[in-house]
Amino acid sequence: MKLTLHIWRQQKRSTKDNFAQDGKMVRYELDHVSPDMSFLEMLDVLNEQLTRKGEEPVVFDHDCREGICGSCSLMINGEAHGPQSGTTTCQLHMRSFQDGAEIWIEPWRAAAFPVIKDLMVDRSAFDRIVQAGAFISVNTGAPQDANAIPVPKADADKAFDAATCIGCGACVAACKNASAMLFVGAKVSHFVHLPQGRVERETRARKLVAQMDAEGFGNCTNQYECEAACPKDIPVRVIAEMNREFVRAKAVEEPPSKKRVGGDG
Amino acid sequence: MKLDSKIPDGAIHEKWSNRKFELKLVNPANKRKYKVLVVGSGLAGSSAAASLAELGYQVECFCFQDSPRRAHSIAAQGGINAAKNYRNDGDSVYRLFYDTVKGGDFRAREANVHRLAELSVNIIDQAVAQGVPFAREYSGLLDNRSFGGAQVSRTFYARGQTGQQLLLGAYSALSRQIGLKQVKMFPRTEMLDLVVVDGHAKGIVVRDLVTGEIRTHAGDAVVLATGGYGTVFYLSTNAMNCNVTATWRSHKRGAGFANPCYTQIHPTCIPVSGDHQSKLTLMSESLRNDGRIWVPTKKGDKRKAAEIPDNERDYYLERKYPSFGNLAPRDIASRAAMQVCDEGRGVGDTGLGVYLDFRDSIQRLGKDAIAAKYGNLFHMYAKITAEDPYSQPMRIFPAVHYTMGGLWVDYDLQSTIPGLFVCGEANFSDHGANRLGASALMQGLADGYFVIPYTIGGYLAGQKPGAVPQSHPEFGKATAAVQEMTKRLLGIQGKRSVDDFHKALGKIMWSKCGMARNEKGLQQAIADIQTLRAEFWRDVKVLGGDATVNQSLEKAGRVADFLEFGELTCRDALERRESCGGHFREEWQDAGEAKRDDENFCHVAVWEHKGEPRQAVRHQEPLAFENVHLAVRSYK
Ligand SMILES: Cc1cc2nc3c(=O)[nH]c(=O)nc-3n(C[C@H](O)[C@H](O)[C@H](O)COP(=O)(O)OP(=O)(O)OC[C@H]3O[C@@H](n4cnc5c(N)ncnc54)[C@H](O)[C@@H]3O)c2cc1C
Ligand code: SF4
Ligand code: FES
Repeated sequence: MKLTLHIWRQQKRSTKDNFAQDGKMVRYELDHVSPDMSFLEMLDVLNEQLTRKGEEPVVFDHDCREGICGSCSLMINGEAHGPQSGTTTCQLHMRSFQDGAEIWIEPWRAAAFPVIKDLMVDRSAFDRIVQAGAFISVNTGAPQDANAIPVPKADADKAFDAATCIGCGACVAACKNASAMLFVGAKVSHFVHLPQGRVERETRARKLVAQMDAEGFGNCTNQYECEAACPKDIPVRVIAEMNREFVRAKAVEEPPSKKRVGGDG
Repeated sequence: MKLDSKIPDGAIHEKWSNRKFELKLVNPANKRKYKVLVVGSGLAGSSAAASLAELGYQVECFCFQDSPRRAHSIAAQGGINAAKNYRNDGDSVYRLFYDTVKGGDFRAREANVHRLAELSVNIIDQAVAQGVPFAREYSGLLDNRSFGGAQVSRTFYARGQTGQQLLLGAYSALSRQIGLKQVKMFPRTEMLDLVVVDGHAKGIVVRDLVTGEIRTHAGDAVVLATGGYGTVFYLSTNAMNCNVTATWRSHKRGAGFANPCYTQIHPTCIPVSGDHQSKLTLMSESLRNDGRIWVPTKKGDKRKAAEIPDNERDYYLERKYPSFGNLAPRDIASRAAMQVCDEGRGVGDTGLGVYLDFRDSIQRLGKDAIAAKYGNLFHMYAKITAEDPYSQPMRIFPAVHYTMGGLWVDYDLQSTIPGLFVCGEANFSDHGANRLGASALMQGLADGYFVIPYTIGGYLAGQKPGAVPQSHPEFGKATAAVQEMTKRLLGIQGKRSVDDFHKALGKIMWSKCGMARNEKGLQQAIADIQTLRAEFWRDVKVLGGDATVNQSLEKAGRVADFLEFGELTCRDALERRESCGGHFREEWQDAGEAKRDDENFCHVAVWEHKGEPRQAVRHQEPLAFENVHLAVRSYK
């Protein structure tokens, strides 16, 4: 296959006032691409070619190359992770493209994800959201036997579905508001379906939402682009669950006399 | 080099309790005065960093990915073992211990393995409390499956994403401590050297992978949890950026390197499709529970699988190992696949592949049942190969997967450098010459959650906190050495890319130090690697500067280390004149079955650095088998 690539090249790190810096799209021609190559292997070939010519290779994040680490993060022809649904960039194969195709490759674009260089972005905002409360406060060594609390299979499955989020950020990149609701919703949903996770549900919901806002992610206006882009098919129901949890947390915040007893567990 | 394994006294099941009692404790009020540097944020590193922080130590944690959650552990698929005996099928701590010692072909330390089996049960409790969504039955209780050559169902799993879920559990514990400011996290930061002061590990030199800054961190102890070195073969199932740098550079500072030649080749991976290939994808071994492995009986049979009648198919594992069949351990299944391919009976365009066929189980259980169990794996396979595994058998081939070798550690997980502890795949571990499926996750988490929090205290109790300041000249010296190496790599400006060298090294390693090894091949490999290394330092081309993100520079440092480490691996394979587990020497076999030499090789080989890899000195830690008696490992 023969391809024409247009790739975002940016040397200087984005700042608040200057997001694009010196960045620009650069055109490259690439020949002898095999349809069996993965998208990132195609970029390896380009980088090998650039290196031989004495041009600096294109910087992009990647590691596992099997769709699980969440490192890879490319906008391909305007779509986060490219044209195939339920697929990360690293799982995409060149057989999804036509011989002679032109392909535009850009980094995630969101104010909360500054570009570090070329196609590499800074997603540490996600880590800070998790640090704010996406955990169960249990110390090593404390727990009881694993089978002491049965968890209905349906609940465990729901928790699992949300927990498969790989933290790639495609949901943010695909959203015109750069909202992180799918990511944060997945965290909330994972814990709220488990009895162990319900103990801290109110503080968790409050803290995650506060941190998400502090990081500068946008609001959700129900466009559902996130769900379409998500390589792990995280469903938008998690956003509804998160909103519900947040409202519930607020109710619990009311003065003690008015506090609901018990709740909907 | 002195090798004191510090195995505690007492009966095998009392050793860990005895050791815990003997270890000195650090007063709770004093813990916050000690700083521990944890390099790595995989299962071993995250669990260690979180648990140490919970105890009150100050912790700094490092990883080269952009987030600790992306460590290679995330990719583990199949499951984690634990001797819970929830199935009432005869499992016990002792049986897990026994299976692991035997599975490791009697080349692991009994005391460590027993401790691992004991701790396995606590790991599951811990993970469930953290919210790890393991698979459950309709009763709401945890589900189990049998895995990787075990005859009991002791494997806990979370669909095909067990590593991901366990790592997210450990990462959430770590994140909690980061939020509490008990851990300072340094992502996109690579350790490039160890600082040793008066014989003790007291700090590290790192490069900030974003700004290029080279700086040092001082600590009272250093924990390496930097994973395995499978990528020395270039192609493997490991993540692309896995490397040996942290352990190798620590080795060069005095840490003994144990059994580097013990590498595990996994039987069920998607075969190589071409020269562009950058990594190999594992198809979880759980597939062998329902898939049958076969090749045509006739050489060069090019018919489609469906056109080959049953009596012209050779279900070779079932034929050779009737009691274990398709579930034979990894090393055995891999070698058997290679043998049939060598005989010219391999399938696919390259002839380097065997069939993993679900036809019979689909007929027996229905397509839906198979899809429910393995849907995500079938999907992954179809995505990569553009073939439908429901209607035609998968093609699989062995690939490098795991490394049992690593830095030598004593029972306390301390290396030969006092104050340097090693956890997870980075140490030479508890798996001997072959690791059983679902046991790496168990080991990484046992080390991090339950061993290091105790044993490191024993060391720290004897140290004055903050005794060595960063201004100590050794920090300056180590920094200068790292800067010098960076300058040298950028200065060569030769003609060949780093990847080009890495691929060339991988080819040497795979063809001569891969599934089968022999004297002549290994000698040739050593000579070839020496030549390649010299060429690398003459002709490598690393573009760009050092004060910015420079992925070629990162890779160049790692490949430079592999070019030394690869030679030592071949030397280790050459000197181990026996076959055991994943190490198969063609000269020592009984009709294809590995033949151990217990008289001469019932020991751990530990290498001491002396300059060039060819000068490294081999030491021995003798192994005693007092509980599981030495026997020929048979799965027939
Ligand atoms: C595809 C696949 C599937 C697997 N499936 C299973 C399974 O089902 N069951 C099982 O038990 N095992 C499985 N394994 C094996 C298991 O996943 C690994 O052995 C285990 O996860 C290793 O964990 P670790 O914490 O030791 O290292 P890793 O998870 O590899 O973590 C290494 C850490 O060290 C950091 N690091 C490395 N070098 C440096 C440096 N120089 N400076 C700074 N940081 C550094 C990295 O950033 C990373 O954070 C599988 C392995 C693979 C490849
Ligand atoms: S929700 Fe989906 S798209 Fe968003 S970070 Fe998680 S896996 Fe990626
Ligand atoms: S490289 Fe890991 S998900 Fe793509």
